Amino acid sequence: MDTPLSPTAGNHAVPPSEPHSEQLFGPPSEPLTAGQLRELYSLMVAVRHLDTSAIAWQRQGLIPGYAPELGQEAAQVGSGYAVDTTRDFVFPTYREMGVARAMGVDMVAYMSTHKATWHGGLYDPQESRLAPIQAVVGGSVLHAVGWAHGQTLAGTADATLGVAMTYFGDGASSQGDIHEAMNFAAVMKAPVVFFVQNNGWAISVPTARQVAGGSVAARAAGYGIPALRIDGNDVVAVVEATRSAFAHCRAGNGPVLIEAMTYRRGPHSTSDDPGRYRSLNEERDGAGEDPLERFRKRLLADGVADEAFFAEALAAAKAEEEEIRAGIQALGSRPGGEMFDLVFQETTPALQAQAANWREESEHV
Amino acid sequence: MSNAILESEAAMADGTPRRGVEQLSMQQALNRALDEVLAGNPKTLIFGEDCGRLGGVFRITDGLQAKYGTGRVFDTPLAESGILGMSVGLAMAGFHPIPEVQFDGFAYPAINQIVCQIARMNYRSRGTMPMPITLRVPSFGGIRAPEHHGESLEALFAHVPGLKVVSPSNPHEAYHLLRYAATRPDPVIFMEPKSRYWQKGEVNFDSADPSGSRTGASPTGAKVMREGRHLTLVAWGAMVARCLQVAELAAEDGIDIEVLDLRWLKPIDEAALTASVRKTRRAVVVHEAPLTSGLGAEVAQLITQGCFDTLKAPVERITGFDVPYPSGDLEDEYIPNIDRILFGIQRVLEYRRG
Repeated sequence: MDTPLSPTAGNHAVPPSEPHSEQLFGPPSEPLTAGQLRELYSLMVAVRHLDTSAIAWQRQGLIPGYAPELGQEAAQVGSGYAVDTTRDFVFPTYREMGVARAMGVDMVAYMSTHKATWHGGLYDPQESRLAPIQAVVGGSVLHAVGWAHGQTLAGTADATLGVAMTYFGDGASSQGDIHEAMNFAAVMKAPVVFFVQNNGWAISVPTARQVAGGSVAARAAGYGIPALRIDGNDVVAVVEATRSAFAHCRAGNGPVLIEAMTYRRGPHSTSDDPGRYRSLNEERDGAGEDPLERFRKRLLADGVADEAFFAEALAAAKAEEEEIRAGIQALGSRPGGEMFDLVFQETTPALQAQAANWREESEHV
Repeated sequence: MSNAILESEAAMADGTPRRGVEQLSMQQALNRALDEVLAGNPKTLIFGEDCGRLGGVFRITDGLQAKYGTGRVFDTPLAESGILGMSVGLAMAGFHPIPEVQFDGFAYPAINQIVCQIARMNYRSRGTMPMPITLRVPSFGGIRAPEHHGESLEALFAHVPGLKVVSPSNPHEAYHLLRYAATRPDPVIFMEPKSRYWQKGEVNFDSADPSGSRTGASPTGAKVMREGRHLTLVAWGAMVARCLQVAELAAEDGIDIEVLDLRWLKPIDEAALTASVRKTRRAVVVHEAPLTSGLGAEVAQLITQGCFDTLKAPVERITGFDVPYPSGDLEDEYIPNIDRILFGIQRVLEYRRG
């Protein structure tokens, strides 16, 4: 029989510990400038607005489904912001819209995957430095290890190594591939940042029922991988931790795991009903303070930004969302021939024959 | 030592393709193919369990780590999903991985990475992330190995969109097909018949097709291994040699059998298949895998579709049974043997309509 859930199941029961930054070796990064702090805020507002709008898009029938990241803006924008898109590469799941936006990915092309236009989205992954959206939980984590080992093999001098950053959650941490990936990366000293967003919930199952051993970060120790468990709702802490992890990897010291403690404030997806597994009170207690509001207060208190700036950022976010929505609205279906053309680089006679039949018969419909 | 041999060894030392004809085992032929592939393309990498220092449990990668270094040929931790998942990332980074799973049955733990990732990444990425991965799988039975060390996974792989599947039947085919597969931009499952690893045969390094037969001039498509008039035996991998034996025996009774080595199990060379059966008007397909939903069903359908008007009898399938691949002596009961194939031929020859 299941043990009864504590009423505090979810993430607020697991406060983040201090980062173990003494385990990381690499040149320290410059403190964030006021301009960068404002840029981070603008990104978070843009992501928040696009994310909440996407749920409305789904309700309005513009897209068939969406996996919101409400509450994870600091974790996603902060980590994505630390990526050097001239040399690093990022491996997302299906809930990394904030990462994509922070990396400067074409957002119409990115959001097209939620319109079910094409599985991996329409963005060019090589150019964007963002692997195609991945529906298999934990599926791309090993790819990051392979890509990263490729950087080592390519013989790039240390300190200029490209780093792979791979995203997964507390739920995915149960997958065998995650453990294989951590072990492979550690054995090969591959420059990989395992970025875990522990958002408290794998659909309906809370972290307490998912993760043995106290935390995902604790597992890293078993592989000899330094781990940082950070407040994933503090965007500055996320940028700093991610930058120090990148510096550690780039210097040839092997992988790092970051467990960013955050909270999935919304449903798992637009098809989910959190009311079946958590109460509004639990949600409020577990979520803690809104990361966006928290950052806004901090910028105000530090005199980095004022109300006029916040208003401007929101207006820009709204304009951006309108543009993306128009792009998504205008997006037609892909031509059916692509189904056949994109299976292989070198097609097969059987596939050509099927395509020819399809073409002939669909023309008569 | 003759000059020819000395020249041949000199060629090997700098990795340039060999010339001439040599007697080699399939293990040697595969090893040489890999040697030349590594020499020819600095982006090719060989890795898997025990592939490095040991040279693989079947010694297919013997000596390659010493020659090309631990960056090009390396041992991985013992985890097949890890090996194949890592291959995806390396391919994304511009490499041509040639991973090995040690035995066919251990491809199962990697199925998620093979089916959900390797096979689909080109499609998912709209062709921007091709997966030039040549997965070597020591395959099929016949070596009295423990459970999961003898399996026939061709139908499983052939069913997956995005994968190509090939199996060599002799050292010559092994050399040329592997060299070809390892230069393709798409994922190829390379199924090596492990029971044939130590059988020697003539390898013509100059030509992919020493026999000069019409259908086998390139390393693509099927190949007629023996011409005949009365019936076509369709086979691949280790079953080709067995079918050639059967053909010799049948010839003593005046039955003239054609043996078609399918070689590519995806894509299947439909033109060669139907050309052969249109001529012989009878076909028996032989494979080690279980009967139900085996590749024999696909072959039989292609023959029926292409040769219905001229077929003299329904296509017969001589296969393994719908049971887990057995071990020990039971292997002899399971793998199609000469008698079972001969019975199948007899049923087809004696078939009368109505």
